[in-house]
Amino acid sequence: MSGKIVLKGVNKTFGDVTIIPSVDLEIDSGEFVVFVGPSGCGKSTLLRLIAGLEDVTGGKIEIDGDDVSDVSPAKRGLSMVFQSYALYPHMSVRGNIGFGLKMAGMPADVIRQKVEKAAATLNLTSYLERKPRQLSGGQRQRVAIGRAIVREPKAFLFDEPLSNLDAALRVQMRLEIAQLHESLATTMIYVTHDQVEAMTLADKIVVLNAGNIEQAGSPLELYHHPVNLFVAGFIGSPKMNFLATEVRAAGPDGVTVVLPGGRDVRVPVAAGSLQPGAKVTLGVRPEHLKTSAQGELAGDVIVVERLGGETYLYIRPAAGALFVVQADGDNPTRVHDRVAVGIDPETCHLFDADGRSLQRLRHHPLADTIRAAQRAS
Amino acid sequence: MARAVSVQRRTFTTVAAWAIGFLIFFPILWMVLTSFKTELDAFSTPPKFLFFDWTLENFGIVQERSNYLKFAGNSIILSLGSTLLGLLLAVPAAWAMAFAPGKRTKDLLMWMLSTKMMPPVGALIPIYLIFKEIGLLDSRGGLIVVLFLLNLPIIVWMLFTYFKEIPGEILEASRMDGATLWREIVYVLTPMAVPGIASTLLLNFILAWNEAFWTLNLTTTEAAPLTAFIASYSSPEGLFWAKLSAASTMAVAPILILGWFCQRQLVRGLTFGAVK
Repeated sequence: MSGKIVLKGVNKTFGDVTIIPSVDLEIDSGEFVVFVGPSGCGKSTLLRLIAGLEDVTGGKIEIDGDDVSDVSPAKRGLSMVFQSYALYPHMSVRGNIGFGLKMAGMPADVIRQKVEKAAATLNLTSYLERKPRQLSGGQRQRVAIGRAIVREPKAFLFDEPLSNLDAALRVQMRLEIAQLHESLATTMIYVTHDQVEAMTLADKIVVLNAGNIEQAGSPLELYHHPVNLFVAGFIGSPKMNFLATEVRAAGPDGVTVVLPGGRDVRVPVAAGSLQPGAKVTLGVRPEHLKTSAQGELAGDVIVVERLGGETYLYIRPAAGALFVVQADGDNPTRVHDRVAVGIDPETCHLFDADGRSLQRLRHHPLADTIRAAQRAS
Repeated sequence: MARAVSVQRRTFTTVAAWAIGFLIFFPILWMVLTSFKTELDAFSTPPKFLFFDWTLENFGIVQERSNYLKFAGNSIILSLGSTLLGLLLAVPAAWAMAFAPGKRTKDLLMWMLSTKMMPPVGALIPIYLIFKEIGLLDSRGGLIVVLFLLNLPIIVWMLFTYFKEIPGEILEASRMDGATLWREIVYVLTPMAVPGIASTLLLNFILAWNEAFWTLNLTTTEAAPLTAFIASYSSPEGLFWAKLSAASTMAVAPILILGWFCQRQLVRGLTFGAVK
């Protein structure tokens, strides 16, 4: 199978502005890679560099071993699905899907066959003669995908393809894209700012910040073993709670830190060169905090968000920053209640003064999970 | 409409609009009326508006004295030729300015427009001498080139503003689909810009049709368009208002009819992108 994409020292500047300082990345054939990051982090630019819609300022992009840095987008053998769908408004659905094949000079009857096959997979058969403006958002998105798959590219590039759809449709299209990857097993690179899309679709998530790769790994690796504060805060919703604290003791079976309120917790991470008294940040996800009478943390509930299945409690401790607890849907806590929250040390993360995470002593068993499509290849 | 508009207000605006429209149209109406008058009626004071002896003799005399069809043919060739030539050059130019702008694109556009601020008479002597030297005086080819260069800035500007409205992602999609630059322009950009291109074509056709300064100065007989045809009824003959009006009416009739049929297209083109 083809579709292996390698970036070597890729950088991009616009005039004096550096968008991407230097990126090295390997994308295996058949892999579903998702670029995530806050807006302006360079994820779309990186995708456009791979597509060839922007020229690299330096470095190399290889597709299946060939350096394509100076190859036009048309000749890279990639397909792209745009956020705005970018359908040709003056062509029918048939014309849109078949345009790439027509440009490739295929005979008309072969084009018709392929277009109809692609349309059948995407439930577009009855819309083939319509113009894009006569279609709904979801249908337009399908046409854009049809236009991409019909060319049998080496890899698919998706640039925030679902962000123009309403919530229900987004979930549905997300499933369809997952199934598409399952059935085609072609390399896919997907840009999004929605971490649910990233977590659910990706074999590998690449977290970008200011043009740099902060971390690349499987979704659960990023969730359980984030390398720094940025990744820890970016992956997971609601975001991880960070408590500024300091080291009381460091030993082979963990680092003991002081909690706001004075109690201790021993976090099972490698101490490294940490000395007692060092400033550190304790990270703990809302879903790992439990309200309990004997809890180590206490504070006043200032907001209660009830989602039905779960409830988010926003708690202000006597000292320190606001933190969030994910409680059960039928948790009876009300605003202004004073609650105590228990911490499970196993689920805690610790970050040093530079924001780098201290390695957790126990590797999470699911952190190396990869998806079926890759195993099959 | 969100606001309720009172009947009085609507009546007032309707009347005002018709009044202004009539005011603008009046000179043309007067010209057409005069062309059906005798020379005596054309001069009479107070002027006769509708009640005079309607006659077609002016048209007969004009046609007898000069070959209308030849002038009209020249007008068509000059207008069409210069407009098509302009489009051929302006489509790629506007493409580059709209989708691959450089640092100086804005300055370049401004400079192109600034050439329209120079009075044409400033360039008359050099161009006249050059044309004389290479034998382009009174030739349709030479005049097509002059008219084409004259209107090129406007064509580029108009196309540029239309192209600006087209989302770049669609062109990028065609690039991903394997279209070369040329095919991108032919299969994707041009069809999407048809309303804009059509109104550009139309407007420049009209501009070239009505262009009088260069056509009068660079032609005598062979390449002379309808502007020269009209002019031949003013100065050398003395002022024969009725015949001059008849000639003028015949000269503007084709473009008036064309404009009438294309007005929807023209209005849509001129307001393209203004509302969305």
